[in-house]
Amino acid sequence: MTTNTPTKSPEAAAVPPSGAAPAGTNKPSGHRRLLTRRDRITLGFMAGLPTLLHIALVWVTALASVALAFTTWDGIGFDSIKWVGLDNFKQLFNDNPQFWPAVEHNVIWFVVLIVIPTPLGLFLAVQLDKKIRFSRVYQTAFFLPVVLSMAVIGFVWQLIYNPDTGLINSLIGANEPGKYIDWIGDPDLNLWAILVAASWRHTGYMMILYLAGLKGVDPSLREASALDGANEWQTFKNVIFPTLRPTNTVVLVVTIIEALRAFDLVFVFNKGAQGTELLSILVTNNIIGESSRIGYGSAIAVVLLLISLVVIIPYLVATFRKERRA
Amino acid sequence: MSTTTATLGKKSAPIRPARILLHLFLAGAALAWIAPLAWAIYAALRPYSETSEKGYVSWPDSLSFDNFTNAFTQSDMSHYFVNTMIIAVPAVLLTLFLSSMVAFYVSRFDFRLNLALLLVFTAGNLLPQQVIITPLYRLYLLIDLPGITMSGKLYDSALGLVLIHVAFQSGFCAFVLSNYMRTLPHELTEAALVDGASVWRQYWQIVLPLCKPAMAALATLLSIWIYNDFFWALVLISTGENMPITSALNNLSGAYFTDPNLVAAGALLTAIPTLIVYFVLQRQFVSGLTLGANKG
Repeated sequence: MTTNTPTKSPEAAAVPPSGAAPAGTNKPSGHRRLLTRRDRITLGFMAGLPTLLHIALVWVTALASVALAFTTWDGIGFDSIKWVGLDNFKQLFNDNPQFWPAVEHNVIWFVVLIVIPTPLGLFLAVQLDKKIRFSRVYQTAFFLPVVLSMAVIGFVWQLIYNPDTGLINSLIGANEPGKYIDWIGDPDLNLWAILVAASWRHTGYMMILYLAGLKGVDPSLREASALDGANEWQTFKNVIFPTLRPTNTVVLVVTIIEALRAFDLVFVFNKGAQGTELLSILVTNNIIGESSRIGYGSAIAVVLLLISLVVIIPYLVATFRKERRA
Repeated sequence: MSTTTATLGKKSAPIRPARILLHLFLAGAALAWIAPLAWAIYAALRPYSETSEKGYVSWPDSLSFDNFTNAFTQSDMSHYFVNTMIIAVPAVLLTLFLSSMVAFYVSRFDFRLNLALLLVFTAGNLLPQQVIITPLYRLYLLIDLPGITMSGKLYDSALGLVLIHVAFQSGFCAFVLSNYMRTLPHELTEAALVDGASVWRQYWQIVLPLCKPAMAALATLLSIWIYNDFFWALVLISTGENMPITSALNNLSGAYFTDPNLVAAGALLTAIPTLIVYFVLQRQFVSGLTLGANKG
């Protein structure tokens, strides 16, 4: 990201500097008086049209999910929408054998991503930040999975996990009847197998975020720490890591959101069969699956929404507060 | 190069072995990272008859691109690539256009609303897609567009996919672009305003050209994201023929599941465009990803 501000255009230079209004402070309110009526209409249009589209397709639908979660509806005509109160939620929490496993798997997904690939990505970033030769070659390799679609990643890893023809079973001789290790079907194994593939991708993503964060660390901090006689680990722990705080926040939010969004990989692998249920899969099964229950599916979506908002709102409040101060 | 390494070497002579160790580690890890992809390529290059006879872990008798050409022609892949282009090109352009307008408004005019507006856009982009999919699916089924889309509805149409991509991705882009526009000096538009330039001219002729680097980064990122989308098309498209390539892959694998080599070749073919974009525009892609994150 280039932070150097572009040079002034000739148009700007032709006009005398406008008094004591330094750039960076809040915009002068005199601005508005200069706008013609046409300008105002243009502005309204420029802000209004995208906002309308975004709100209609993202926020209205999110709210509709909340509303529908308290109803049953067969999707045919609005008359058949019936208010059922908390019934969908009661059923979900008490009678759905897939719900709690799904919640658990989403949590496991997050914990695994934050405990294994995230520190690994940080570690790689720190090593690659050392002005090392071939740094770009290494980066390209680690980052490669991030540009692939989750669907392609799913197919690539199936070639490794397939019980008959996969690499692992072929290597360890478990590809004969009787000795099968079913990495994709076995409910005790399949989530972990998929998480290896997910971590494969997540590591590169985290590495890039941390590399960008490390570029922003003042080199004099490192020198000062070295002069004080700190070794590499001490410098990292006491000087570098604390200054990476903003990056850590982003990493945390990105990882939580990734864990909640996880879908494609599992769907390609085994369609969310036993052992790999996720909230996102349950929602989708209520649309394209055999049982199309709109209210019930929406109730699951509401659970997903609530968890997301618990993460999104504090993050955005903190981000925007900082921005306002800046 | 040799002189710099010489001086570096002299300076850091005591830790030289550590460097070598680090290189060994990184090279090993990088190879391990590429291994799954390399394995897929190896499998895709071998005929099914050979691997079923000798097993997959074996030396090849023959390597050829037959699986690739077969996957491409048998599944009519060019048709699905065209589907993707029909969706991705308008979606990327429209997203950049709309989100740059919002960003311009938010960063150049202090109408109090702007922070709230940005908040709505950014939060919307962070929601999991599944939160909104059930009502969205119903909405798409309800909206009749006879004569405009092939299906006569927003459902099962390229237009529907373009709209949801634009609505969803414009959140991220508006956030990034407004941060970028804020770094442009305010005198630029003020001077133009004093000169009597309309708001539209300020946006189109002054601010937008200065945002080229950010726009290029976002365009790269969006292209790959939209190309790689699997979920929206899976739910919002019902006719297999109308699927974009990434989602069509799922049907392809269903049809050819008996030949994993062919499926591997097909999957790799769909990855080629993203890999080309990545290798050619790596800098843009990475800066796009970190643009939004840096500010956090």
